[in-house]
Amino acid sequence: MNRHLAPAFGALALAALATAATDAPATRPAAAGTISGTVTYTGTPPKMRPVDMSKEPTCASQHATEVLTETIVTGPGTTLANVVVYISAGDQPTPAPTEPVRYDQKGCQYIPHVAILHAGQPLEIYNNDKTSHNIHPLSKVNPEWNKSQPPGSPAIKTSYDKPEFIPVKCNIHPWMHGYFAVLSTSHVALSGANGKFSLAGLPPGKYTVTAWQERFGTQTQEVTVSEGGTATANFVFKALPY
Amino acid sequence: MRPQTRWISLVSAWGAVLFLGGVTPLVAQATHVANVTGQAARGDKLYQRYCVGCHGPDGDGNGENAMWIDPKPRDFTAGVFKCRSTPSGNLPTDQDLYDAVTRGFVTTNMPPWVALTPQNRVDLIAYIKTFSPRWTGAAAPTAITIPPETPANIESILRGRQTFQRLECWKCHGPAGHGDGPSASTLTDSKDNPIRPYNFSSGTRFKCGDTNQDLYRIFMTGLDGTPMPSFIDNLQPNEAWDLVHFLRTLQPVKSPEALTWQNYLQTHRGELKPIGPEGGSQ
Repeated sequence: MNRHLAPAFGALALAALATAATDAPATRPAAAGTISGTVTYTGTPPKMRPVDMSKEPTCASQHATEVLTETIVTGPGTTLANVVVYISAGDQPTPAPTEPVRYDQKGCQYIPHVAILHAGQPLEIYNNDKTSHNIHPLSKVNPEWNKSQPPGSPAIKTSYDKPEFIPVKCNIHPWMHGYFAVLSTSHVALSGANGKFSLAGLPPGKYTVTAWQERFGTQTQEVTVSEGGTATANFVFKALPY
Repeated sequence: MRPQTRWISLVSAWGAVLFLGGVTPLVAQATHVANVTGQAARGDKLYQRYCVGCHGPDGDGNGENAMWIDPKPRDFTAGVFKCRSTPSGNLPTDQDLYDAVTRGFVTTNMPPWVALTPQNRVDLIAYIKTFSPRWTGAAAPTAITIPPETPANIESILRGRQTFQRLECWKCHGPAGHGDGPSASTLTDSKDNPIRPYNFSSGTRFKCGDTNQDLYRIFMTGLDGTPMPSFIDNLQPNEAWDLVHFLRTLQPVKSPEALTWQNYLQTHRGELKPIGPEGGSQ
């Protein structure tokens, strides 16, 4: 029905880009449901390597124990942490939260390793170290920039307009890697240390759920949520050593 | 999904036109350098003759010569450019692109195109801008302001030297500016190709020009697509000029700054704190 009206609402449709694919659930008051599950892997994931920070003594001294790369973070059993699970279709468009997302550089690491952002949501990047960092998000869909942030500088305040998984790096400290997960939905979760995630507040309906891991790529599932119910969606990634 | 996305973006573009009363162009912005106006159609013909061999028919830097070339030819489809007068993350101005085509890129395979007429070069720029959707409907970016240069005296050079230490320029460019800092060997550009930091002892020219204004602009706006970040948020204009004056002393030429510096070193060499990891905060 909305195809004929669409041109007039074109500018507004921008916001609905990623979610316009399937029929939206009816907007009647209904108890919201939940999608929850666990992310696991099969096979042998590569071992995370220790990070050598000896070239940056002010950072090395902040770590009492060995720091490992965070490309793949495994939990108990075969669970997988740090996986972004989100509604990629079937969702109502959500406005960008005005609460800024905080991204810290501390001990020459990005905290959090994966920052989840809504398109248009403010992002604040802080340098808590006694060394200069340069923040270089390697975006392709959004404009790519690269800014220096010496110790004691104010936060870099920015935002991203378009959904994209953006690798972030510091060229001065080549071991520093992180991600900005920019999405057009607020229904998103990061799998915990036990691989578990939960997407709450979903009106009944059919959804496409996508899980993204920086090394293993994406997986999708179709999930139906009943009124007030909890649907299960477990994701299994195939781990290859290298 | 893809046709759907395309359909929606078409609809959105149409909506934007309605919304703004039809002023938003659906094609790339008009191209002007001084009083010369570029035409993409004419630029297309010139591109097919002079540029396609390296930059490729699709403008993605994959021309037939590209595999023999390092650094790689620019990928115009990404819409990311090193030499800009605009803040990091922005498109360059037409003048920036014109200057780049005119100047060429020292230490690369891109020659200066002074043999082409100004009209030819502006036409080429109009065509280059059709490769990336980033030019479509975007507002024309504005250049940063470069205030008048401060006196290049020894005090300015010494302050610039402290800034070189404080901002840790030496981590890539090396304590003496030889491009051999501790991070230098790990650097890659945004396409994961290895890239070297500038070696100031290698000559007098930079990729983005050879004047003091060019040098000021290079580190203030950063070289997008490379590890060189923008410093405009961290430097006041007078501090930036101090840094320019110090950087000139690292080059193997008898610039006014270098002569002042040599004179100073004859009597004060022993007083200088080292640059690099042992230099601490100066």
